[in-house]
Amino acid sequence: MKKIHHAEASSYFIEAKDNEAFHDQRLWDLRQKRDREAAVIPEFQELRNLASQIKEHTLTHLAEYLEQFEAKAQANGVTVHWALDAAEHNRIVYDLLTDHSVRTLVKSKSMLTEECELRPFLERRGIEVIETDLGERIQQLDNEPPSHIVVPAVHKLRGDVAKVFARTLDTDPDNDDPNYLSEQMRVKTRHFFVDAEAGMTGGNFAVAETGGVVVCTNEGNADLSANVPPLFIASVGIEKLVPRLDDLAVFIRLLSRSALGSPITQYTSHFRAPRKSGEMHIILVDNGRSERLGMEEFWYSLKCIRCGACMNTCPVYRRSGGLSYGAVYSGPIGIILNPTHDMRKYSSLPFASTLNGSCTHVCPVKINIHEQIYGWRRVLAKHNQLPFVKKAAMKVAGKILSDPQKYRKTIDVADAAIEHLPRFLLYSRMNAWGRQREVPAPPDQTFHAWYLKNREGKQ
Amino acid sequence: MSTRDLILDAVKRNQPQAVSLPDVPRFDRDEAPLLELFKANLERMGGKLAEFTAGADLNAWVAENYPEAKVVCAATPEVSGNRAITDETDPKTLENVDLGVVRAVFGVAETGSVYLSERQLSVRALGYLSQHLLALLDPADIVGNLHHAFARPEYTDNRYSVLMTGPSATADIEGVLIHGAQGVRSLTVALVANGDGDSITV
Ligand code: SF4
Repeated sequence: MKKIHHAEASSYFIEAKDNEAFHDQRLWDLRQKRDREAAVIPEFQELRNLASQIKEHTLTHLAEYLEQFEAKAQANGVTVHWALDAAEHNRIVYDLLTDHSVRTLVKSKSMLTEECELRPFLERRGIEVIETDLGERIQQLDNEPPSHIVVPAVHKLRGDVAKVFARTLDTDPDNDDPNYLSEQMRVKTRHFFVDAEAGMTGGNFAVAETGGVVVCTNEGNADLSANVPPLFIASVGIEKLVPRLDDLAVFIRLLSRSALGSPITQYTSHFRAPRKSGEMHIILVDNGRSERLGMEEFWYSLKCIRCGACMNTCPVYRRSGGLSYGAVYSGPIGIILNPTHDMRKYSSLPFASTLNGSCTHVCPVKINIHEQIYGWRRVLAKHNQLPFVKKAAMKVAGKILSDPQKYRKTIDVADAAIEHLPRFLLYSRMNAWGRQREVPAPPDQTFHAWYLKNREGKQ
Repeated sequence: MSTRDLILDAVKRNQPQAVSLPDVPRFDRDEAPLLELFKANLERMGGKLAEFTAGADLNAWVAENYPEAKVVCAATPEVSGNRAITDETDPKTLENVDLGVVRAVFGVAETGSVYLSERQLSVRALGYLSQHLLALLDPADIVGNLHHAFARPEYTDNRYSVLMTGPSATADIEGVLIHGAQGVRSLTVALVANGDGDSITV
C-alpha cells in the first residue's frame, strides 16, 4: 500500500486559496452553531457523560446486544446477515441484488459502504449505483471520495459544483446559484427513486431492544431509498448498537446538535420491519471492529457516532481539507481510526494534529481523541514508522528537551530567529507545514523570563 | 464456523472490562409552555404552522392554501383529497402527489418534530414523494423532549417510525440552506384537536 503523505497532499488544497478560506470559515461556523445549540440544553454535559457510559457499556457487552438485536430483527421479519470484512459485505449485497434482478440501486450516504468500497465493486459488475445525498452525489459525479463524513463536498465552492453538474448532468454551466443546482439535483434524481429495484442506507444506531435501525438525515433521500423500492438493505457496523430506546434518546439529542448545530435532523427514522410487500435486510459488518475492541488503548474510538464535530473544530483539518488524509475517515477521528486498519499506510496521519485537545472537548461521546493521537505517535515511533523529517527533527528536539538549560537557550534563539531570520530560512523544505503556515509573532518575553522577573524577590 | 459465530467469538474474546449501564433520566423541567416551544422550534427548522378553531373547514383551507395542488392524497378522513390511499397502494403511484395529508400522533416541543408511523401514512412513501405535506396535530399531544418521545409505546408497536422536523433540507453547497431537497418541499403542521376525543392514538 502506498503511504499517505498528509502534509504534501494538503498543499494542493491550500493552494486553492478561495476554497481553503471558505472551508475554514464554513466549518468554524458549524462549530459555533454547535456551541450555541449545546448552550440551550442545561444538561448537555450530563448527556455527554451518559452517552460515553452507554457506549462503553454496550461495547463491553457487545456480543450480548448483537445477539439480542439479531433475534428481535428476525422476529420482525428482517433477514440479518453478518460480514467479517468488506469483501464479504460487498458479496452479500451483490448476491441480494442479483437474486432480485436489480439493475439500479439508490443509496443514501453511508461511511460504512465507503469503507467497503461498495460502489466501485457493484459498478464493475454492471449495477448502476446512484448516490442520493446531494454532497455525496457531487462527489460521485466528480469521481472523488467524500471529504467530510457529514458534508461530503464541503471543500467545493458553488462554481466547482456548477462545473461538475454541467459536465455530468447537462445543467447550465453559467448558473452557480445553489438553489438552481439543488433543484436540478432533485429533478434529475427523482425518477431513480421510483424506478430503482433496490435501496440502501447505512445506520446511525441499531437498537437491541427493538431490532430497529435508526437513520438520521436531512434531505429525505434515505427514507425515499428505503421506502419506495421493494428491496431495502441497511449496512450497519457492529459498534452502532445501543441497548434501549431510552439510550437512543440521549444520542439523538446529541447527534445533530454536535454535527450541524440543529436540535435534530429533519428526519429521524426507525426501521423495524419491511414495508408492505417489501423485503428488508440488515448486514452487520465487522471489518476490523472486533479486533479494535481488543486494543487496550484504542478501543474507545469505537464509541464514535460520526458527528464530525472533531473535524469542524480541528485547525489542521479546516486548513488542509479532508481529501489530504487519503483515507475514508479524515480529521481527528480519521487519525485514530485509519491506523487501526493499516498502520504503515497511515503513519503520517497522527502528525496532522496540533494536539490542542479541541476535538476531545467537543466530542459528544467523550472520546479522548487527542490522547489517542498522541498514543498513535508513540506506537508508530516504536514500530519505526516516523516520517523521516520528523525523526531527524525529533532527534534534535530530544536532545534539547532533555536538557532544560539548552532548551531555554534554544527558545531565546528561536524567538530571535523568528524576528530576524529571512522568510526563506524559516519556511525551509524541512518543515513541510511551515510552507503554508505563518509563524505567530514571538512573545516579547518567554514564560521562563517572565517567571524569573516576577517571582524573584517574592519568595 | 459461520461468519456470525466468528464475529461473536472475536467480540467476546476482545470485550474490555465491563462498564455498567446508567439510568437515563427524563430531564423534565419547567419551561415555556410546550406548545409555544414546539411552535418556535418547528419554525426554526423550516416548518410552517396553521392554527384552527374547532369545527373549521379544513377542505376549504386546503383549497385556498394549496391552489396549485392538483393531486391531493389524504391518509386521514379529516380532509377529502382526490386520490385514494390504502396500505395496499403501490408507493410508486404516489410520484405525482402534490399534497399529502396525514394526522401525526404527537409532537416534540424540544425539536418541533411530529411523529408518524405507517399507520398514519398508510404507505411510508406518502411522507416523502409528495411535493408538500400537511400534518394535523392535536395541540394537546405534545411531549417535552426526546426522552419522552422515545418512551412512547408507538416505537415498540410500529414497523416504521419517523420524527419529521420541517421539510427536507440541504446545505451541501456552500452551506446555503435550501428547503425541498429530495423529500417534501414544505411541511405544514396544522394544529387541530383530534375529533375522536381520544388524544392518544396507537
Ligand atoms: S470522534 Fe467524537 S466528535 Fe469526532 S466524529 Fe466521532 S463522535 Fe463526533
